[in-house]
Amino acid sequence: MTATTTSARSELSELGRSETALRTFLHGLPGVDQVGAEQRAAQLGTRSIKTTAKAQAIDLAIRMVDLTTLEGADTPGKVRALAAKALRPDPADPSCPHVGAVCVYPAMVPYVAEVLRGSGVHLASVATAFPSGQASLEIKLADTRAAVAAGADEIDMVINRGAFLAGRYKEVYDEIVAVKEACGPADGGRQGRPAAHLKVILETGELATYDNVRRASWLAMLAGGDFIKTSTGKVPVAATLPVTLVMLEAVRDFREATGRQVGVKPAGGIKTTKDAIKYLVMVNETVGADWLDPDWFRFGASSLLNDLLMQRTKLTTGTYSGPDYFTLD
Amino acid sequence: MFEYAPAPESRSVVDLKPSYGLFIDGAFVDPTDGGSFKSINPASEEVLAEIAEAGAQDVERAVRAARTAYDKVWGPMPGRDRAKYLFRIARLIQERSRELAVLESLDNGKPIRESRDVDLPLVAAHFFYYAGWADKLEHAGFGPNPRPIGVAAQVIPWNFPLLMLAWKIAPALAAGNTVVLKPAETTSLTALLFAEICQQAELPTGVVNIVTGAGDTGRALVEHPGVDKVAFTGSTEVGRAIARSVAGTRKKLTLELGGKAANIVFDDAPIDQAVEGIVNGIFFNQGHVCCAGSRLLVQENVADRVLESLKRRMAQLRVGDPLDKNTDVGAINSAAQLERIRELSDAGSAEGAERWSPPCELPDRGFWFAPTIFTGVTQAHRIAREEIFGPVLSVLTFRTPAEAVEKANNTPFGLSAGIWTDKGSRILWMADRLRAGVVWANTFNKFDPTSPFGGYKESGYGREGGRHGLEGYLNV
Repeated sequence: MTATTTSARSELSELGRSETALRTFLHGLPGVDQVGAEQRAAQLGTRSIKTTAKAQAIDLAIRMVDLTTLEGADTPGKVRALAAKALRPDPADPSCPHVGAVCVYPAMVPYVAEVLRGSGVHLASVATAFPSGQASLEIKLADTRAAVAAGADEIDMVINRGAFLAGRYKEVYDEIVAVKEACGPADGGRQGRPAAHLKVILETGELATYDNVRRASWLAMLAGGDFIKTSTGKVPVAATLPVTLVMLEAVRDFREATGRQVGVKPAGGIKTTKDAIKYLVMVNETVGADWLDPDWFRFGASSLLNDLLMQRTKLTTGTYSGPDYFTLD
Repeated sequence: MFEYAPAPESRSVVDLKPSYGLFIDGAFVDPTDGGSFKSINPASEEVLAEIAEAGAQDVERAVRAARTAYDKVWGPMPGRDRAKYLFRIARLIQERSRELAVLESLDNGKPIRESRDVDLPLVAAHFFYYAGWADKLEHAGFGPNPRPIGVAAQVIPWNFPLLMLAWKIAPALAAGNTVVLKPAETTSLTALLFAEICQQAELPTGVVNIVTGAGDTGRALVEHPGVDKVAFTGSTEVGRAIARSVAGTRKKLTLELGGKAANIVFDDAPIDQAVEGIVNGIFFNQGHVCCAGSRLLVQENVADRVLESLKRRMAQLRVGDPLDKNTDVGAINSAAQLERIRELSDAGSAEGAERWSPPCELPDRGFWFAPTIFTGVTQAHRIAREEIFGPVLSVLTFRTPAEAVEKANNTPFGLSAGIWTDKGSRILWMADRLRAGVVWANTFNKFDPTSPFGGYKESGYGREGGRHGLEGYLNV
């Protein structure tokens, strides 16, 4: 890291101390032209990814899936089955990579942890009164600590959208800082377990404008988020290509300013291989190869995995199997 | 790394004939003197087909055919019937758009992504749009019952071969004129395929005639006494010669010539989108665009940041096989044009501007030029004044809005301009002061058949597109 980025980084870390400084900084970010951003996203969507490139993209996408179930009806049996699938997505083909993580509610974490232990598949848990975030800070922090204690090594928190939309940026910032702390000490503490990675869900469908998405992205990164994530999947508008484009531009600019790399996770509504490949093309051409890794880019999805598996089988065998040849969980 | 595998569009949709005749009076005919020339693929220098060269006698035949069709069929035909043919042509263009797009990329060198997603949709839209006007001319604002002019001689350039054909033929036919069109000698093929579409649409014979050839053919056409209207798109130099030759005749003239557009980026601009706009402004169609944003005027206090983003973005441009669906920048259209781009770029370096191109591998055969920017350019440099018509951007800076206007207008051209700012009031203030036919705000190189297009000063006169585009083809 150069001297300039070090000083820029310490300057930026001061921003969270004052509401005014935070507001001035966030409102001073370059605006996003809606038409232009949507046009760029659509243009990237016309890339034609075939043969070897497609095979490479499919395997990468599988490794990036956060296989998710976030239902009131989730049971230990259901999440165990999901975890088993995360380890061996295609039982018929041992060359198929495992997914990036399993993502469940805190109450389900212990059951998933049993299955995943030592596998390299991460265990993510939503926390902080997901999906609305409408609870007191104490409850959000307790929720987070409980998930970490039960074995989650990734926490997907929601930001306080009400505070953000009302312009109370410091409140949003402080909450993220507090949740980050609740993820565990950075040095691993007495137990020697590294802090859980913090993914900050912006719920872009509720932020409505790309300017807001850019500001919320910076806010989350300034507060220490390891990942920024688009959506909970629980509101009508989830991940879109233009929103992800704006977030990718934000992580790119943030790394340039501070030297710290932050990951991006679009979540919700990504159902097909074709969709996933569009996202990978966007990552490739916006932030480059450094982010083309499950450590830096994830898909929050459930049904996407089976479509990826079907396309993978089609590429390797030349025949397209029906949905009955892939496991439903 | 994520390498995109080759994704070539298939050439098999195009049925290329070894040779093509002239399209006169509804049929393909051999030229009277048998002259011909070759059309090559600029990406490989492979010969695509042998094209007939029309001499003075062939032009005479074509103009006579157009005259007869005008007097006997097309002129007297009710507008709603003309519309029927134009709608039919528009639909056939849509149906055969893949074929036309592949042929356009083969002959011109432009990426298939552009011919497929930009050129062809606009070509069809143009015919649909003017088809709608054919029976509504008396509501176009030119008085009751406006009359067509007669026979139109139309000469078009090689940068958007089929699109320029559409810009010329669609309004002419909608207004009730008949046409003799000469495509550029390096890009005749889609015009000849269009001739087949006219046959397929059962357009009455002689309404559209296509004479292929180079400068001499064009001169014979515009100087022909039987022509009532001349429409030209191309270089200012040729435009001037045409204006001289029709001066003192009864011919009506519209000219759409060169440009040296300023793309103006203010410090409050949405930077990422502005960078896309800069790239689209100058590298779209290899910069072979008369309204290309070839001069970037960037506010000094954000110049470094914009340039850094621009360079990073340029490194993502994929230069190569025009038929690969992932190609962003294709081949330069001809050896002659490549020579001109090289000559002016060398002048830029010699005059002290700093040249930069992203690392990019260019194919061995064919005509190629890497996307290039020059920084440290001043108004006095040739690369800031002359139209390069290639993927070469000159970057200048300004400090105040007034200085931006002054520099933008300080050119003999006036075709287009772009403004990038978050302030609506500034867009309007600038647009009032920029002497350019088209001013884009927070976008660039956007075209629509409903919108008039044309220049100030040495960029020509007359408007094409929209209601205004009818005026050049009506006796008003």
